[in-house]
Amino acid sequence: MSTRFWTGSRRDTLAGYLFIAPQLIGSVLFVFVPLGLVFWYSLHEWNVLADTFTFVGGENYQALADDPKLADALVATGFFSAGLVVLNLSLALLLAVLLNQRLRGTVFFRTVFFSPVVVSLVAWTIVWSFLLQDNGGINGLLELVGVDGPNWLRGEGTAMLAVIVVQVVKNVGLNMVLFLAALQGVPANLYEAATVDGATRRRQFLSITVPMISPTILLTSIITVVGSLQVFAQIAVLTQGGPGTSTTVLVYYLYQQAFQFHHFGYGATLSVLLFAIVLLLTLVQWRMRRKWVFHES
Amino acid sequence: MSRRAKTAVYGVLCLLALPFLFPTWWMVTSSLKPVNDVFAFPPSLWPTDVSFDAYAKAFELQPFARQYFNSMYIAALVTIGTLAVSSLAGYAFARIRFKGANFWFVVILVGLLIPSEVTIVPLFKMFDAWGMVDTHWPLILVPILGAPSVLATFIMRQFFLALPGELEEAAKVDGLGRFAIFRLIALPLARPALGAVAIFTFLHSWNLYLEPIVFLSSSEMFTLPQALTQFVDAYGGPMWDIQLSAASLTALPVLVVFVIAQRQFIEGLAHTGLKG
Repeated sequence: MSTRFWTGSRRDTLAGYLFIAPQLIGSVLFVFVPLGLVFWYSLHEWNVLADTFTFVGGENYQALADDPKLADALVATGFFSAGLVVLNLSLALLLAVLLNQRLRGTVFFRTVFFSPVVVSLVAWTIVWSFLLQDNGGINGLLELVGVDGPNWLRGEGTAMLAVIVVQVVKNVGLNMVLFLAALQGVPANLYEAATVDGATRRRQFLSITVPMISPTILLTSIITVVGSLQVFAQIAVLTQGGPGTSTTVLVYYLYQQAFQFHHFGYGATLSVLLFAIVLLLTLVQWRMRRKWVFHES
Repeated sequence: MSRRAKTAVYGVLCLLALPFLFPTWWMVTSSLKPVNDVFAFPPSLWPTDVSFDAYAKAFELQPFARQYFNSMYIAALVTIGTLAVSSLAGYAFARIRFKGANFWFVVILVGLLIPSEVTIVPLFKMFDAWGMVDTHWPLILVPILGAPSVLATFIMRQFFLALPGELEEAAKVDGLGRFAIFRLIALPLARPALGAVAIFTFLHSWNLYLEPIVFLSSSEMFTLPQALTQFVDAYGGPMWDIQLSAASLTALPVLVVFVIAQRQFIEGLAHTGLKG
């Protein structure tokens, strides 16, 4: 120590910081500085066209509280997120259970269900937009069985349903694969013991499968909830937030305010709100894990 | 399983597969139909006369080849850059003992909680101040260094944590430096994790939509997702035949690569770090 400055631990410290330097500098520059700026902007009235930037304190937050459109956006976001998470996780689990049977052809079906994940998001959305036209393929198929389908993307009730289904089919494969990996990790002897004890399949599913894969359910639900709050391209292509404001979710509203109406200050305030919601939901789910997640590995 | 149960499971699987297969099928077959057949009602499942007119028009109406190249090279650069940044950081957080490692790891993880939509306004102003609006720099730099690469770093860290340490110890005794150990020993072992990170990084960049429409304004700079939505008539209505052919060109190459390498794709994603 006294003779050499470059001891092993000093070398390691230098190496460690050099290795993480790009990520650390990048995080500061492209995550923390913009996050700080979002808070700063949200305290200002910013008119891009007139090029004025004045400090207004909490006025934007007052406007937020008084904005009647915001309530609509939050309701739409709530509907979309809840619908997406419930449908996505239950379908993913169903598919994983079906594919976990010892059957021929499961690799084929796994490939089919995963394939939309690799299709370009906007390409996928355009095709669905085409299929969901009043005279499109979906209604064509429905007519074959004698059903007169609605104009999916132009009806208040059906537009949100359509957006949710399009997004679920696009991404459910990812959660399915994670569930499948978790199901394959459940020890077979647990099921054998339960069968000996006379437990029904349903009982086994609820008392063995669900608890054993609960860490994966937690992980996928966090990923899916956070992802559901970021839906943008689908809305922009399928409905542009309509009809009315029925599919104007928070991110789409933020985009409209900032980049279509050039209200940067108010857009930043909406960003702060979005960040707060993501943070809150993640914390809630993380705390709830103690209640229902069986074990932590 | 009884024969009956098997038939039931296959029936359910086939039914559920419809919404996953039909759109892609419909996209490709419709794009090959002459424009009048595209809107025939009831629609036909198979193109009777094959026509490549819509494909030709996609290249006439926009610099589509250029836009294709833009998306390809941006996604390639982002993938290579992310692999470098995330494997270095992930290795250090898993393998090198240094003061502050845990603290900085938690700080970086905060990025996972920040959707890019939250920071899009200030990022636009920053790149505007640097004169980089309507260039590809924001689409390259932010994913490599910002929030999107944090998940990659996390996955790499999880992978390196699970790697046995003996090889590295032996290399240390032989006098190899940290970077040499990382490059010659750890990195070659990390191929599965690097593959998974490469796949989802490429797809993430290939799919970006909000960022291009915020940052880019001239059509020769556009990326594919943005270009697809620009095939509209004078009234802003989509030109379906052209949109579908351009969408097919965007989706099919990736889909073909996926079908060939589906096992590596799926198992790579399932078994590396994402399990938590």
